[in-house]
Amino acid sequence: MPHHVERDGEGLPIPNRIEAKPVKRTGQIVAAVIVALLAAMLIHGLVTNPRFEWNVVWKYLFNERVLEGVGYTLILTFLSMIIAIILAVILAIMRKSANPVLRGVSWFYIWFFRGTPVYTQLVFWGLFSVLIPRLSLGIPFTSVEFWSVDSQTVVTAFNAAVIGLALNEAAYLAEIVRAGLEAVDPGQEEAAKALGMKRSMIMRRVILPQAMRIIIPPTGNETIGMLKTTSLVLAVPFTLELQYATNAIANRIYKPIPLLIVASFWYLLITSIFMVIQSMLEKHFGKGFEARPVGTKGKQTPLPGKTEGEPQDDVNKTNEAAFLGYNA
Amino acid sequence: MTSQTTHAATAGAQAPKPVVEAKDVHKAFGDLHVLKGINLEVEPGTVTVILGPSGSGKSTFLRLINQLETLTGGEIDVNGEMIGYKRLPDGTLQRLNEKEIAQQRSKLGMVFQKFNLFPHMTVLENVMEAPVHVKHMPKAEARELAIAELKRVGLGDRMDYYPGQLSGGQQQRVAIARALAMKPEIMLFDEPTSALDPELVGEVLNVMRSLADEGMTMIVVTHEIGFAREVADQIVFMDGGVVVEQGGPEIIDHPREVRFRDFLQHVL
Ligand SMILES: Nc1ncnc2c1ncn2[C@@H]1O[C@H](COP(=O)(O)OP(=O)(O)OP(=O)(O)O)[C@@H](O)[C@H]1O
Ligand SMILES: [Mg+2]
Repeated sequence: MPHHVERDGEGLPIPNRIEAKPVKRTGQIVAAVIVALLAAMLIHGLVTNPRFEWNVVWKYLFNERVLEGVGYTLILTFLSMIIAIILAVILAIMRKSANPVLRGVSWFYIWFFRGTPVYTQLVFWGLFSVLIPRLSLGIPFTSVEFWSVDSQTVVTAFNAAVIGLALNEAAYLAEIVRAGLEAVDPGQEEAAKALGMKRSMIMRRVILPQAMRIIIPPTGNETIGMLKTTSLVLAVPFTLELQYATNAIANRIYKPIPLLIVASFWYLLITSIFMVIQSMLEKHFGKGFEARPVGTKGKQTPLPGKTEGEPQDDVNKTNEAAFLGYNA
Repeated sequence: MTSQTTHAATAGAQAPKPVVEAKDVHKAFGDLHVLKGINLEVEPGTVTVILGPSGSGKSTFLRLINQLETLTGGEIDVNGEMIGYKRLPDGTLQRLNEKEIAQQRSKLGMVFQKFNLFPHMTVLENVMEAPVHVKHMPKAEARELAIAELKRVGLGDRMDYYPGQLSGGQQQRVAIARALAMKPEIMLFDEPTSALDPELVGEVLNVMRSLADEGMTMIVVTHEIGFAREVADQIVFMDGGVVVEQGGPEIIDHPREVRFRDFLQHVL
């Protein structure tokens, strides 16, 4: 072996660099081979099984109604998640407000929308224009009216579906956001105050960006959950999303299995894309947190807010946020 | 800083007007009476070091000056202006609104024991944050300013690092630069070196020493007796929520009060 002195990143020599063979991992290799074999057998069985009718799957995979269903499912998911996230941040901030009325309203909202089934809520939104035929803007408790509109034109089936999904989801996300906000070291708010920043700015520029790191993983879960919850909008009834579309085709041609496979394929594909987006977001909001000193000699110091003997990043709060996500 | 020194000079031959004046300050957390009547004057361009055992209320007092806590009784004036309240024509007090409080705070720089840098921003962004978003300074100008402040604390070569990539001493120097970027008239330090490894304490004290030399008005809570003896113009020893002894730096070597003497024996 050529005997040269290696150097580290700072150009300092590392004499006698250790070059040892890795530990033998026979057990791991055997296990990997067995698992790979089982997986191959499973895929082979699926692909060659005539009862799955892959030709039908292929025929309907890019069917016009199916693609339209994919489109609506995506739109429903996106719109309702965006509205839910905005509402959730407002609810979470209200929940931590000094004003007891705001705290109470937030608590009641979360209690109500988490406490009733989303299916029921969707049915209600579907019936909205029957229950409340006209929406109007006027002076409360008088007959003075500045503006009014037929509910039917505002709360269409599509809007009812989005409203129903978003309002329900906001209740779950609000708890995730709250736990995320509480996980940020209170010293951050104090430092920002000491610099002369106002509450709203502290929230926007200091606390929320740090809370995002904790909020995003469970929110990713929620988004993937929402993707499939959209199939419940048939309660409204709204009938153009993916699950309903494939189901309708299946009922027409009496072939349920291949069309379930079609739907699963699209759900899986969209979920995969969401996962990529999630990991990009995690990277973005993790900036500065995974950081470790590069090329520093000697002892490493704790991350900001993690000084020994001081309040640390609250692990329980972090866990709580994740836990809420998994259960939502 | 020149503005402070000229200010002190124009105040002239008569006694200079104090920049910070605490008058019979009381603070209670519920039933816990932490500060029991603190009186203190800080003159412009001077360094006041507050000493005292743990739990004596030193941090609470600093936090009151910066309105991170609200007063229970008494009054604190900064530059002759009462903080936190204004007096109405009929003599009653009216609490200031958020904007006015933020305005008063921005004249005071504060450095915390555990740095409290914003971990999601680079060092440069940390220092630029308040000038850009509180003072609405153009970004390019704020950048220049931030670079100058970072060079002043000896960190011109660490601007693009995240706080988590720096040593504790470097983080604390960034925190000082961040406070200085707001051009405060007074700097408050709450045990700025207590969270540091012993070998990193010196670099932070050096920065503070040079700030004092430039004429910055400073109130420093610390256990670094050597620093106090060398840099302080005024020493305040607090215990049990009251000022027990107060005087020039010479009182460290000639304490009159028994409690102060005991305290010094423990920390020296
Ligand atoms: N937010 C709070 N709520 C209730 N009690 C508090 C609060 N902040 C401080 N205290 C109490 O006030 C007393 C004085 O605290 P303070 O932090 O001012 O002491 P200190 O002199 O700075 O001590 P140390 O040297 O340990 O920092 C302590 O008994 C502390 O427990
Ligand atoms: Mg303290």
